Amino acid sequence: MVGNDLPGALSGIRVVELAGEASAFAGQMLAGMGAEVIVVEPPGGHHTRSFEPFLGDEPGPGRSLWWWHYNSSKLGVTLDLEDEADQSRFRSLADTADVVLESERPGRLADLGIDHDVLRAEHTELIWVSLTPFGRTGPRSQEESIDLTVLAAGGPAWSCGYDDHAIPPQRGGGNQGYHTGSVFAVLSVQTALLVREQTGQGQFVDVNMHAAVNVTTEFASAEWLVAGQEVQRQTGRHAAVHPTTFVRALATDGIDVHTGFPPTKSKDFAVVLDWLTDLGLRDQFEEAFFLEIGAEREEPLHLSMVGQDAEATAIFGAGRDAVRFIAENVTAYDFFIGAQDRGLAVGIIYSPEEVLADPHFKERGFPVEVEHEDLGRSFTYLGAPYIAPKSPFRIRHRAPHVGEHNQILETLT
Amino acid sequence: MKSEALSHIRICDFTGQLAGAGATRWMAAFGAEIIRIEDPVRLGKWDVLRGTSPFVDERRGHEFGGCFNNHNVEKLGVTLNLRTDRGKELLTEIIAVSDAVTENFAAGVLERLGFGYQRLKEIKPDILYVSNCGFGHVGPYRKYKTWGPIVQACCGLTFTSGLPDMPSAGWGYSYMDHHGGNFMAMAIMAGLIHRSRTGEGQWIDMSCTDAGATMLGPVALDHTVNGRPLRRDGMPYSNRSQFPAMAPHGIYEADGHDAWLALAARDDHDWQAIAELMDIDDSRFDDLAGRLAHEDELDDSVRAWTSGRDRFKAAAELQALGVAAAGVAKPVDRIDNDPNTEAWGLWPTVTHGEMGRVRVDGIPVHFSETDWVLERGGPLLGQHNRQILGGLLGYSDAELTDLASEGVI
Repeated sequence: MVGNDLPGALSGIRVVELAGEASAFAGQMLAGMGAEVIVVEPPGGHHTRSFEPFLGDEPGPGRSLWWWHYNSSKLGVTLDLEDEADQSRFRSLADTADVVLESERPGRLADLGIDHDVLRAEHTELIWVSLTPFGRTGPRSQEESIDLTVLAAGGPAWSCGYDDHAIPPQRGGGNQGYHTGSVFAVLSVQTALLVREQTGQGQFVDVNMHAAVNVTTEFASAEWLVAGQEVQRQTGRHAAVHPTTFVRALATDGIDVHTGFPPTKSKDFAVVLDWLTDLGLRDQFEEAFFLEIGAEREEPLHLSMVGQDAEATAIFGAGRDAVRFIAENVTAYDFFIGAQDRGLAVGIIYSPEEVLADPHFKERGFPVEVEHEDLGRSFTYLGAPYIAPKSPFRIRHRAPHVGEHNQILETLT
Repeated sequence: MKSEALSHIRICDFTGQLAGAGATRWMAAFGAEIIRIEDPVRLGKWDVLRGTSPFVDERRGHEFGGCFNNHNVEKLGVTLNLRTDRGKELLTEIIAVSDAVTENFAAGVLERLGFGYQRLKEIKPDILYVSNCGFGHVGPYRKYKTWGPIVQACCGLTFTSGLPDMPSAGWGYSYMDHHGGNFMAMAIMAGLIHRSRTGEGQWIDMSCTDAGATMLGPVALDHTVNGRPLRRDGMPYSNRSQFPAMAPHGIYEADGHDAWLALAARDDHDWQAIAELMDIDDSRFDDLAGRLAHEDELDDSVRAWTSGRDRFKAAAELQALGVAAAGVAKPVDRIDNDPNTEAWGLWPTVTHGEMGRVRVDGIPVHFSETDWVLERGGPLLGQHNRQILGGLLGYSDAELTDLASEGVI
């Protein structure tokens, strides 16, 4: 199942994006949906072109893989927003746009005379989406901020880390603070487009990254809001008010797996018992007897019985330990496939490159080849979040070189 | 009062938990009519969150799940027993007047209920159908079952979080249930935009693991272009920053119980400010290459300054010098004591039919013309049967009474 050549859902929509660290992912997704995204860089290129990693580890404005990744499917123009003539060109360019997307420091565009209130005054159908660390106007709106501090200030870091609290909380990898803000920026663009179809009106949308990560921390917020309880971080598991049991095991090939919820239903105890037998491990698993009892139970094991009822506790412990014992005696992939094929929800802890090599992701057409005709090569990129047969999301082409599409500016009046 | 933004959109919604309910939550906040279909026989518990903690008080049962309320604010609740022919007929009538059908069952469940895509199209030729499950409806793992942490493991996100030579720390919550919902909302709205422009419906097959993998960042290209896997000695090290390279960049011990400070030097200018404030005089750290080569010693020097200091006061001192820094916020810090989240209205209070007034997650954007509104809590089981089956479909109160007594609703 591979994406097709049909136009995307946002084909014909022009997005003018001021190049920015935080908003780059939003622009990339809008471009994936088929919008014409024109990314505006300063002359000489945006500073993220100096971000690692580099093609062949050699820096250079066309060699940043950060830039490649976040700017695929976009067109690129250069404008010096500090220059009056270019400010005028920017206004003309924004006049041709359906959407302006920017992540400038609050106040900068107003100082330059090119903020949303000026540009939307005579162009009320324009949708202007501003993505900033704390929103445009809040008391913290002028704080310095990067992905790390967004995740620290907004809640995610508190919930991520290790059982040993002498180890610092962890920032999840991959710029997820920026990504979370960008996801909400995309939802905002789509919502504003649906509104505009009805009313003809655009709007100004203020997207707040700190707020975005604050409302995407699941139980950490819910426990506090509803019950006034504080969750505590745990190694590889949900941060929780009360400590929870292990969910990890190290398979024979040195790859970790997630062992899922322990069995509670009789059929699952039977499945685990059969699996142990198939692997020739049953005799080595000393608690197999309790799995047999579990398999013969008529009612599922209720978790409230664990710790209360001796037999229930032994059965539950045997099921949990058996799944881990199997995981420690096979490869991670055999564990993942073996358990899932038997109806047990477990996971394999893939590294990013292993995701791209996995047969399921390949069959869905997730890894995609992107042509770099300038280098005479093509490279594999991350693909689409969903399969939409009539309006495909797809990576359309490589990221632009500095000013590669400046001819767009020449067509402006 | 409801938001007017998406008031023209009606969704026949089977989503549950967070990975699905989160999608229609966004749209409900913007005023879409979200008709949540639930099973009266099992008291709506195909969404287990109806009856699970956190709880506002000692009451328990299917009307008291705190997360259910949070994820289903501003939605309508209708009960239909789809084991009955009459229940199926009523569902058919709702689908016939809906713009989209949405679900996040395991692959194939809606088909088995008799409402696969072919049937949906027969009912309404331009219907948008968005399904969302862990591995999607296509591919060898389509029957595999997941929940947030399994999705995060299989899409690479868990691995990217943690320290070298340690098990991955992963995500201490279902990050991909939130974003499974958000990407599903994205898929729904992309489908609605396509439909309004072309008149065409479609079946969008959303896979949470695909969605999660789109968020892996530039690290994927480091492998596919440079041949450098993330699974290698010394990696990952996610409190440090490889892309772009920065040092120092980390979360450091502060004064107090489990108190931490995040800070980074984005460039040499930041570093000079940090070094002066912390009185660190070491020529090895003068440029980025030196700081990266001696990062452990650099972190020790930074920690010597941070460890005796209040995390918020220290962050303010760094901010005053133009350096990105923040105390690691505990729930109380960011929910009750943060002037920015308060000014934003980030924790609105909704009114739930049984729980009363409860604070919930707000929406992290504000629209100048048609902003979101969150006032009504999640629906009680069947709370809106009369509004939808009566008001929308035209059944009389007497007919509704019969349907209830026949076990249809």
